[in-house]
Amino acid sequence: MRRYFGRKLLIYAATFFIAATIDWLIPRFMPGDPVQSLVSRTGFGLSPEGSQALVTYYNNLFGLNHPIWEQYINFWASLLHGDLGRSVYLTGRPVTSVIMSAVPYTLALLIPAVLLSWWVGNTIGARAARRRLLDNVVLPVGYVLTATPYMWLAIVLAWVFGFILNIFPISGGYSYSLEPTLTWKFIGSLFSHWVLPFASLFLVGLGGWAIGMRNMIIYELEADYSRYLEALGAPSRLVRKYAFRNAMLPQITGLALSLGVVVAGALVTEIVFSYPGLGKLLLASIQNEDFFLLQGIFLFIILGVLIANFIVDIAYVIVDPRTRVAMSGAEE
Amino acid sequence: MSLQVTDLRVYYRTLAGDVKALDGVTFGIADGEIMGLAGESGCGKSTLGNSLIRMEGRMRHVGGTVTLDGVPLPIDDQADMNHFRFAEVSIIPQYAMSALNPTRKIGKMVGELVATRGVRYHDIREELERRLELVGLARDVLDRYPIELSGGMKQRMVMVLSTLLDPSLLIADEITSALDVSSQRAVAQTLVEFRDRGFVKSMIVVTHDVSILYQISNTLAIMYAGKLAEKAPTDVIMSRPKHPYTRLLISSLPEIGVRFEEQRLTGIPGTPPSLLNPPTGCRFRERCPIAIARCTDEEPPFVEVEPNHSVACWMAS
Repeated sequence: MRRYFGRKLLIYAATFFIAATIDWLIPRFMPGDPVQSLVSRTGFGLSPEGSQALVTYYNNLFGLNHPIWEQYINFWASLLHGDLGRSVYLTGRPVTSVIMSAVPYTLALLIPAVLLSWWVGNTIGARAARRRLLDNVVLPVGYVLTATPYMWLAIVLAWVFGFILNIFPISGGYSYSLEPTLTWKFIGSLFSHWVLPFASLFLVGLGGWAIGMRNMIIYELEADYSRYLEALGAPSRLVRKYAFRNAMLPQITGLALSLGVVVAGALVTEIVFSYPGLGKLLLASIQNEDFFLLQGIFLFIILGVLIANFIVDIAYVIVDPRTRVAMSGAEE
Repeated sequence: MSLQVTDLRVYYRTLAGDVKALDGVTFGIADGEIMGLAGESGCGKSTLGNSLIRMEGRMRHVGGTVTLDGVPLPIDDQADMNHFRFAEVSIIPQYAMSALNPTRKIGKMVGELVATRGVRYHDIREELERRLELVGLARDVLDRYPIELSGGMKQRMVMVLSTLLDPSLLIADEITSALDVSSQRAVAQTLVEFRDRGFVKSMIVVTHDVSILYQISNTLAIMYAGKLAEKAPTDVIMSRPKHPYTRLLISSLPEIGVRFEEQRLTGIPGTPPSLLNPPTGCRFRERCPIAIARCTDEEPPFVEVEPNHSVACWMAS
C-alpha cells in the first residue's frame, strides 16, 4: 500500500515539474513585451529617455534583465518559497494575493458543478438503463448536452434567464451596488449571480455521465456474474445493486480524466458571465501579456487537477478491491 | 420420477425466423439419477439445460411441459420461476470461473444471495464450511475476493454455492470443458459425491465429452439437431447403441489398446442440418449410413424399444 502511493506521489511530482516548466515557458514564447506595453499604458508624456529609464526600472523590478536560464532558476527558487512573483498588469500586486481573491469564486462554481453533475448524471443513467421510456429521453438529451460547447450553453442560459425572463443577473460575482460584507443581502446577491454559471457547467457535464453510466449498466447486466445471479433467482434489486457498484468503477476513472476539461470549461464560462474567478483573471493576464499572473494561474490549475486526481486515486483503491489485492498480493 | 419433460419446444427468435433449437423433447429422470446429455455443438443440449432454469431473452417457450417432483415448472414465467430457482432447480454454469461478483467478498455475496431465499447466512455458515472442506477449499475463501482464487477454486466455490440449498435438480452445463483432464476427473467425482450425500436429488450433466459421462452418469441421452436420438442406461448405450448416430459417436472415441498409427480414428462425415428450416423426416438421414426411403418421408418417433431404452430411429425397432 505504502509502496503504491509512494510510486504514485513520485509520478505526480514528476508531472508537476514538467507541467510547471512548460507553464513557465509558454508566456515567454508569446509575442510582445509586457514591460513595453505597461510603459506605453502608464507613461504618458514621457520623453524617449524617460520611458527608456522606466523600462529599465521595470525590467529590474520583475527580474526580466537576467539571462533566460537564470530567470528559470529564480522561478523555481521563489516558487519553493511560495512566491509567484508580482503581477505586471496590476502594477506590482503579488500574484499570490491576486489569485487567492479569485480562487473562492472558481472553486464555488467548480466543485458543486463537477460533483453534482457526476452524481446526478450517474443516477439518471443507471435508471435509464432499465426503463425504456426514460432511456428514449435521456439518450438524445444526453448526447445534445454533452456535445454542447460550454460557452454556447452559457450564452443561451444568459439570454433566456437573464435577458428574456430577467430572473438571474448575467454579469459579475455580486451586485455592483453592493460592497462585500457578511449580510444576507450580499449572500443572496452572490447566490443569484452564481446560479447561471453553475447551471451551464452542471448541464454540460450531466449528459456525458448519464450516457456513460447507462452503457456501463447495460454491459454489467449482461456480465456472467449477473447471469449467474439471475439463474439462481436473485431479485433484480440485488442484481442491479451489484451491477451499479461495478459500473461505478470506470465512472470514477472518468471523473479523474475529465477534471482538466471541466476546469477549462469553467474558465470559459466565467468569461461569458464576467464572473470574478480565475477564468476572467486568466483572460486579462493573456491580454496584458502578464507573464507572472498567467503562469501563476496555470500553476494553480495544475496543482488543483493533480490534487483532485490523487484524491480519485485514493477513492478508487477504496471502492475496487482488486486494486487492493494487487497491492497486498506481493506482500503475502 | 423426479423430473418429467414432455414434448418441450423452445425456439430462438431471430430476424431470419425461428431457430428450432429444441423441437419436441420428451424424457424423465428418476430420483438419484445422473443423466448425461451429449451431442455436437449447436444440437440444443445447452438450450435444454438453460430452459429448465432460466430462459434467456431470445428464447421462446413454444410448447411442452416440465414437471419437477410432481409440480409443473412455470419455465416461461421469469417471476414465478424465481421461487424454484436455486432452491429446487439450480445450475452450475458454463462460465463458472467468472460467475462471482468481482467486487464482493465471496462470503458476503453468498450471504446476500441466501438472504433473498429467507435463509440467514449465520444459520447456513456451518454447513457451507463443511461443504467447502469437502471440495478442498479452506474456509477463509469466504473472506476473499474472487480475484484471489484460482480458476479451479472459483469453479469449486460455484459448485458448492449452487447446491447449497439442496436443490432437487442440478444442471451442470459444460463444466469440465475448460479444465485439464485431472481436474475434469476431480470435478466429475465431486458431482457424484454431491448426489451420494443427498445435496442434490438428480442431475443433468451437459457436455460434448462422452468419456466424462461414461465415468459418472447413470443414464445417457444423446441429442441431435434439436431432438433426442437415444436415451438409455450408460452401460447399455456404450455397449449396445441402437441409433446409428450414437454408434458413430461412440466409435469416434479413442480406445485404450488400439494404436491409431495403424488404424485411423473415424469421425462422422457431413454436418448437422440448419435448425432454421430443419428438413422433414429424420434429421440425421443425410449423414446416416443405413437410411431407408421411409426416413425421408416420416419422422421416427422417440419410443421405448426396451425397458429404459428409448430410440428415435426406424431401423431400431
